[in-house]
Amino acid sequence: MNIVVCVKYVPDAQSDRTFNDSDNTTDRLGVDGLLSELDEYAVEEALKIVEAGEGEVTVLTVGPDQAADALKKALQMGAHKAVHVKDDAIHGSDSVATSLVLAEAVKKIGTPDLVITGMASTDGTMSVVPAMLAERLGLPQVTFASELTVEGSTVTIRRDGDAASETIVASLPALVSVTDQINEPRYPSFKGIMAAKKKPVEQWALADLGIDASQVGLDAAWTKVESFTKRPPRAQGQIVTDEGDGGTKLAEFLSAQKFV
Amino acid sequence: MAEVLVLVDHANGTVRKTTAELLTIARRLGEPSAVFVGEGFDAAKEALARYGAQKVYRVESTDVTDHLVAPQAEVLAQLVASASPAAVLIPSNSSGKEVAARLAIKTGSGLITDAVDVQPGEGGGVRTTQSVFAGSYSVISTFTKGTPIVTVKPNSAAPEEAAGAAVDEVVSIEVSEAAKGARITESKPKEATGRPELTEAAIVVSGGRGTGGDFTKVEDFADSLNAAVGASRAAVDAGWYPHTSQVGQTGKQVSPQLYVACGISGAIQHRAGMQTSKTIIA
Repeated sequence: MNIVVCVKYVPDAQSDRTFNDSDNTTDRLGVDGLLSELDEYAVEEALKIVEAGEGEVTVLTVGPDQAADALKKALQMGAHKAVHVKDDAIHGSDSVATSLVLAEAVKKIGTPDLVITGMASTDGTMSVVPAMLAERLGLPQVTFASELTVEGSTVTIRRDGDAASETIVASLPALVSVTDQINEPRYPSFKGIMAAKKKPVEQWALADLGIDASQVGLDAAWTKVESFTKRPPRAQGQIVTDEGDGGTKLAEFLSAQKFV
Repeated sequence: MAEVLVLVDHANGTVRKTTAELLTIARRLGEPSAVFVGEGFDAAKEALARYGAQKVYRVESTDVTDHLVAPQAEVLAQLVASASPAAVLIPSNSSGKEVAARLAIKTGSGLITDAVDVQPGEGGGVRTTQSVFAGSYSVISTFTKGTPIVTVKPNSAAPEEAAGAAVDEVVSIEVSEAAKGARITESKPKEATGRPELTEAAIVVSGGRGTGGDFTKVEDFADSLNAAVGASRAAVDAGWYPHTSQVGQTGKQVSPQLYVACGISGAIQHRAGMQTSKTIIA
């Protein structure tokens, strides 16, 4: 059972995330970044599956130089090898172009039994790349899994939608995305951290994937950010100290604001 | 006037408020044509007409409803090709976004997700507004290629009634083998809570770790305001409240008139789910 996990290096949500004035793209360099929190669940799920049988987990990312940190964390958790696709021409790519690069990289790695991703990135939060990958790779799309089992060549998941909880079944090879309900990602052990240093990380550029620069990047994007505005900080609120009358003060506030 | 396709959000014919919102937005851009997938059209027709649908494309094939996402994208792609709409509007839930994603690739079109506003662009086209980075930035975008595809968040428009003809036609679709790869073998509907739906409610009262597991006061307070009840990740992980009530980055995103947070620390992952609420009490 070979698994490829697609991961993303994202600006730390705890920091002040922002955009570049020069081209309206997300600032990925001025802010500390890390492996997207939701991707940890994907790496963990891949490791659990492979540990229950045999096989390898390859972790893949498309991103600038610093994205190597995302791969490093995954390798420290236990992934076996990594692939880093980087190319200046990719800067400013939309989800469509990102999915193209990822799909070609998965094919070059050798389409595995399972491609696993997180449910969304924590910066773009679109939740579209997994579906696009399934579309491009021609794989069954088995997404938003909160529970997953692989038996033989069948994968079964539980998907919790707004209206109903569904059971979805597909034959391998398949593309799976996992939610944060599915498992508890492990912390890298000291042994894992040391072992990661020796694990292979391949670096590929667009030319290695047979993709022309004109297919990706800011100019190729099918949507365009016209402007971004920082929302004004919320007005300083009222702090009410409860001296036994907190409830009354709250009721007064609600009624003054016409909520009751 | 060009058509605007609106994917109907319904449960067995009961049309959700989001559909009324999308039909209202669609009228800004062209003539709304609803796309109704699954059973229950007879129950839905009146609501679709009331909010302005001039046409309803009915998709009844079980090949579509029995398989996850991919066949819906195929049907919509077929309709985009035949109707040349000005835009496609889809509700911003997990399957909506994935249908939109595959449709974008199939039709070579730009895609914007989680729009909080959609307006005609200057000189034609479509312009969207999104609230990003846990509500700290507002972004305005336009489309450079194809048929604008937009997934729209709940509460992005006040539904406006406008009598539509809702003339229906059944769409015949040959779903490809590749689109039938993920089979839905079971579907358990969520239990109704008797309270307003979280993403649609005007007031939300949420409980977190600080409740210590006892949500009775949270629920009583919510009921006194006719509010929906939400929960933080901590409360859900502790098993105190179901995941369907989780407000946050990986749960529901809400933007009510009033959000009351009880015993919730306000970590960024939670705030990403409610930061744009008009009034917040914590």
